[in-house]
Amino acid sequence: MENSFIKALTEIVGAQHTLSDPESLACYGYDSTPELQSRPGVVVLPGSTEEISKVMALCDQAGVRVTPRGSGTNLSGGSISFDAGVVLQTSRMNRILEIDEENLTATVETGVITSALHREVEAKGLFYPPDPGSMNISTMGGNVAENSGGLRGLKYGVTDDYVMGLRTVLADGELLKTGGKVVKDVAGYNLNQLLVSSEGTLGIFTEITVKLIPKPQTKKTMLVHFPQLEQAALTVSHIIAARIIPATLEFLDRVTIKCVEDYAHVGLPLDVDAVLLIEVDGHPAQVEEDAAGIRQICERHHCSFFQTAATAEEALKLATARRVALSALARMRPTTILEDATVPRSCIAPMVKLIQDTAKKYDLLIGTFGHAGDGNLHPTCLTDERNPDEIARAHKAFGEIFDATIAMGGTITGEHGGGVAKKKYLPKLVGESGLRVMRGIKGAFDPKGTLNPGKIF
Amino acid sequence: MDYVKLINCMRCGMCLPHCPTYKETFLETASPRGRVALVRKFQEGELVESEKFLEYVSLCLDCQACASACPCGVNAGELVAEFRCERKQEGGLSMMEDMILRKLVPHPDRLEVATAPLRLYQKTGLQKVVRSLGLLKVFPEALGRMEGLLPELPAAPLRQTIREVTPAQGEEKGTVGFFLGCVMSLIFSEASLATVQLLSSLGYKVITPKAQKCCGAPNMLGHDIDGLKEAARFNTDLFQSYELDFVVTDCGGCGAELKKYGHHLGGEEAATSFSAKTRDISEILASEAAGLAGKLKPLPIKVTYHDPCHIAHCQGIRSQPRALINMVPGIDFRELPEADACCGSAGTYNIEKPEMSDRVLSRKVQNIRKSGAEYLVTSNPGCLLQLKKALSEATPQVKVIHLTELLQMSLDA
Repeated sequence: MENSFIKALTEIVGAQHTLSDPESLACYGYDSTPELQSRPGVVVLPGSTEEISKVMALCDQAGVRVTPRGSGTNLSGGSISFDAGVVLQTSRMNRILEIDEENLTATVETGVITSALHREVEAKGLFYPPDPGSMNISTMGGNVAENSGGLRGLKYGVTDDYVMGLRTVLADGELLKTGGKVVKDVAGYNLNQLLVSSEGTLGIFTEITVKLIPKPQTKKTMLVHFPQLEQAALTVSHIIAARIIPATLEFLDRVTIKCVEDYAHVGLPLDVDAVLLIEVDGHPAQVEEDAAGIRQICERHHCSFFQTAATAEEALKLATARRVALSALARMRPTTILEDATVPRSCIAPMVKLIQDTAKKYDLLIGTFGHAGDGNLHPTCLTDERNPDEIARAHKAFGEIFDATIAMGGTITGEHGGGVAKKKYLPKLVGESGLRVMRGIKGAFDPKGTLNPGKIF
Repeated sequence: MDYVKLINCMRCGMCLPHCPTYKETFLETASPRGRVALVRKFQEGELVESEKFLEYVSLCLDCQACASACPCGVNAGELVAEFRCERKQEGGLSMMEDMILRKLVPHPDRLEVATAPLRLYQKTGLQKVVRSLGLLKVFPEALGRMEGLLPELPAAPLRQTIREVTPAQGEEKGTVGFFLGCVMSLIFSEASLATVQLLSSLGYKVITPKAQKCCGAPNMLGHDIDGLKEAARFNTDLFQSYELDFVVTDCGGCGAELKKYGHHLGGEEAATSFSAKTRDISEILASEAAGLAGKLKPLPIKVTYHDPCHIAHCQGIRSQPRALINMVPGIDFRELPEADACCGSAGTYNIEKPEMSDRVLSRKVQNIRKSGAEYLVTSNPGCLLQLKKALSEATPQVKVIHLTELLQMSLDA
């Protein structure tokens, strides 16, 4: 990177917020994606929309590529600069600008941490449901860019169900305002929704207005064991067919159960195929009725154990197994490849079975857990990056798993984004026409290809 | 260093929101994930030990909040400390370090003599003169900060006045060895006296071996691993020469180090057994809750608790101190926001990295104010020094006391 260019950046954001020493560049060469690393040419931490706008104008004119980054918890390589360009970190812009109790909206700067917003709105009896696994550190801008999901997706939807308005800096530094606080808005194309899950390729969000809902009055937590996988899967489908929509409907498979038990000793049996963690929330009467209905359905499907938490403390205890699932798996081996293949809910059982068979075929350790209620599974391969043969087998296995996902009418990524990790699978999913339209959209927003090049497709 | 410990980091970023220096800077290089990456890239030959490199690595408080947060069991704080120790072993100790870490710290009598002038300095009123004339401003900054941290010293260090054997009151249910931390003895002797009295009142015979030496934590801070091993060897042999049910300390820093003696001495049997017997005072008292509850009298005060890093993150002790505080009748306990975040004391960090230490401290002070407490309870001398100083300036109505002092107050009420 040329010194004169770095100097120009320094003039915009200040020397303290411009990093070009080899140590900093090394630390901004990764995000949470396994295996992928590449050092940027320079890192900037702008403090305002105006600064971002000036940085973009400078880079667009100079032909330097820009990769936006929140806290760097991306799982598909989306926040890594692969062409030694600029990494633009948004963390300093972390103010909650407004919680509007009359319109039930919150407006935040892009770098606000998701769980910080949760705390603020919940203190006012309000609720912002999206709760990705990284919510204690992920930024709202990153959540919008990746359309993050979480455990509450089944009942409450994901990030795009809550985004009402965006302030975005475009590739050339121009500002774009889309949506706002109105519930109904059909003026022009729905650019708001187009920008959600654009993975930093169309613009950099600086302010986000999200919808809030009233906080559910109460909730009930249940833990259920199933000796047979098929019965667990049928239970999931039948709960929903019975018009009960749990807030959380989480699943652990046999490998995950064993790892969780070895690690946390929570008293899970090792001879069952599946554990479900179910949470219903809402009005107390409705919660009681739903919980009773769920119990009936679980028993009809031969669950071997059913426990309802009597207190908040007990609920926390029941949720431990699911909460520690990733930790328990990740401790097994040095390298953890966490995927997010997503299938229609009715395909959960064949999908889990296929993952287990594929693991066996390639002699791999894969634990699967995830959001059974919305079909979003996390097959997690536990491996060692120092073993190239095993890593190659892992990639082959995931290739087959994604092919099967597409064949079942599912998708290659439910919530982690395509980034660079999934881009080779995208053509199979969206076809030539899908790619042509996406390229057209990219060209309309960013003709020079300045923003986050090489991502998605 | 074991390379696999470095590659176990899956870079998920779960440590970031718990790291005090990341929270202040938002810089990846100031985060646990970044520090593991730096050390790893050094090992892999991609980075050299440049001035910047050392600056980034040494910004770590070693509070180990990252270890509590890590899903894969990586302890970034410890890895960084281990790395610095290894580099130090190659470079050797400076003359000053050798003097302090080898010739002063391991000798309690010399330490006591060295601090005697300070006692005189306070008693003669010289301190008041120096402070009122602003003479400290002409001293080097580090010296000024050290002087400012000093609270009023007790008349004599506890090690000199305590009996070697304090008998159990009532029926004797066991014998404990009391490990008297240097700073506790020199500065917070009243708290440690309360510790011994509490143990005795619960039926423990308390042996305080006079020959005991510093636990070795300062050597670890100075990255002097050989000095640390010497301390571990000496104290293990000394305490193992008594018949003890437990070794008890009321210093979080000492407790964390004593519990690692087995590890420091390569899993050797005596040291491992010594470590297994070591308890923080809150662990013993919480297990004696039934006996203690009847003795406590009401204290109608508002109290909050600051988790010392060496208690919460290094020893995993969180519920016991809170349970003990809540046992005091009439107490109004308020949970401190970000209670287990470092106060910025961190050994000698507050002297070495004053700017970052002050930023971390200021966040702590704001949270203490928010809690509305009249008493801040904690259980580590470093935190006591740091918070006493900060609160006496910012919020003088909030008193800072050790957990055992609170319990003693309730016994005496």
